[in-house]
Amino acid sequence: MLLIVCPHCGPRDQTEFSHGGEAGRVRPANPEVLGDAEWTDYLFMRTNPKGVHKERWCHSAGCRKWFVTGRDTRSHGWVK
Amino acid sequence: MRTYSALALLREGLSGHRGWQRAWADATPKPHYDVVIIGGGGHGLATAHYLAAEHGISNVAVLEKGWIGGGNTGRNTTIVRSNYLWDESARLYDHALGLWEGLSDALNYNVMFSQRGVMNLAHNLGDVREGKRRVNALRLNGVDSEWLEPAAVKAFCPPLEVGAAARYPVMGATLQRRAGTARHDAVAWGYARAASARGVDIIQNCEVTGFRREGGRIAAIETTRGSMTAGKVGMVVAGHSSVLADMAGFRLPVESHTLQALVSEPVKPVLDTVVMSNAVHVYVSQSDKGELVIGAGIDDYLSYAQRGSFPVIEHQMGALLALFPSFSRLRMLRGWGGTVDICPDASPIIGRTPLDNLFINCGWGTGGFKATPGSGHVFAHTIARGEPHPLAAPFGLERFTSGRLIDEHGAAAVAH
Ligand SMILES: Cc1cc2nc3c(=O)[nH]c(=O)nc-3n(C[C@H](O)[C@H](O)[C@H](O)COP(=O)(O)OP(=O)(O)OC[C@H]3O[C@@H](n4cnc5c(N)ncnc54)[C@H](O)[C@@H]3O)c2cc1C
Ligand SMILES: [Zn+2]
Repeated sequence: MLLIVCPHCGPRDQTEFSHGGEAGRVRPANPEVLGDAEWTDYLFMRTNPKGVHKERWCHSAGCRKWFVTGRDTRSHGWVK
Repeated sequence: MRTYSALALLREGLSGHRGWQRAWADATPKPHYDVVIIGGGGHGLATAHYLAAEHGISNVAVLEKGWIGGGNTGRNTTIVRSNYLWDESARLYDHALGLWEGLSDALNYNVMFSQRGVMNLAHNLGDVREGKRRVNALRLNGVDSEWLEPAAVKAFCPPLEVGAAARYPVMGATLQRRAGTARHDAVAWGYARAASARGVDIIQNCEVTGFRREGGRIAAIETTRGSMTAGKVGMVVAGHSSVLADMAGFRLPVESHTLQALVSEPVKPVLDTVVMSNAVHVYVSQSDKGELVIGAGIDDYLSYAQRGSFPVIEHQMGALLALFPSFSRLRMLRGWGGTVDICPDASPIIGRTPLDNLFINCGWGTGGFKATPGSGHVFAHTIARGEPHPLAAPFGLERFTSGRLIDEHGAAAVAH
């Protein structure tokens, strides 16, 4: 069981959270000028690193805050 | 390669089993190969075998960073079925199932393929409609599939709780009788042995650490056992596909997640089929050793740790006991995890890459074991001819740009 630190409530069990995937994916500012390759990259491509992953979590069964944190996908250890 | 047979077994039995040969040769890397396959799981080994057996290309190496079959091939729950919804998938997975039916003979290696049936339970009206639709779609594609009403479900699988008081009422099930299980290690070993006999180098403890690129091609492969050149390169590394693609300089639409499973202590035969429930998130079968083999879904966060989380176990065991109350006194022996490569549409990627001589086969996610023979077969063709096998053509990386996704979440979510 992961122990996840909510910036508002502190450390809580993983079962209180939902996972929101890779952080920092920003919807393109000018969708109408975007080509197929750029759309593909935004919609489907993922960094999927073996190492530190910046990811979003929501404390969905708690304060409902969304936040971004870093986690090492090899060890599940939290990193800034 | 000496052929395995009843006569050979008798002869060896009489002479103290001292005459058996190693199943495959432990090769050391050569400086050049016509084709290098990266990844010694079932799919990579099958690819190498069919390259040699069907396309006459035997100057081939399979590079494996650990031991062959030590990835998802040796960690999966061995369910083999072809009951996928869409035409493209039905053809690909049924091609694989056809090859499974003759595999032990073709490889002269007993892969213990057992067609004990796979049953997918329906617990609500939505499940019933989806199940019947799938049965009809499969039949239109010539794939065997049946709909069972609750009484028939009970008759087919007596230990299952189907009564009115059941926590999850059973409103019917789909059944594929040609589906079943196989012995995972034997599949890796059987393909390795057959490929090695045709001259393929099986190279273990050899991790690919980088590529040298020249003019849109892979010019050289760097490994922990030196570098080598290759005419063509096939990348079949499942959960590590993004890592390898990153080395080659492109991105993939896959995410690596942990999928775990566990087994009970061995007991006498109690369950002679495979039972799955997408709605309550559990599936179970009984191995030939007598252990119940139990699994569920992935952890929702990325992981390369090969270690699953406890909440999934808790949930799947709760679901299992609701379906099979009589399993409540069984003790669980051991659990493990594998790193699976999930595609957005739960379908694999087979075909070309942005690099001219690099081919990819990945994205099988939680359900690629069943496809092992078919995957290797169509991928060998794709590499040998330089263009996709007709069955593989819809599964190219291009589909994420064209939008022609093959959405198999219904067939692949919890059911692997
Ligand atoms: C718990 C679990 C249950 C499953 N249950 C089922 C099931 O019931 N039915 C089903 O059909 N499927 C199931 N699957 C999915 C199935 O196991 C996989 O889809 C399938 O085995 C993938 O085979 P593969 O040969 O592509 O990958 P793997 O067997 O993972 O082979 C890839 C190989 O590449 C190697 N590799 C990685 N990086 C490098 C590198 N840099 N250099 C050299 N080698 C490298 C790895 O060590 C590994 O051996 C399950 C998976 C898991 C984890
Ligand atoms: Zn909180």
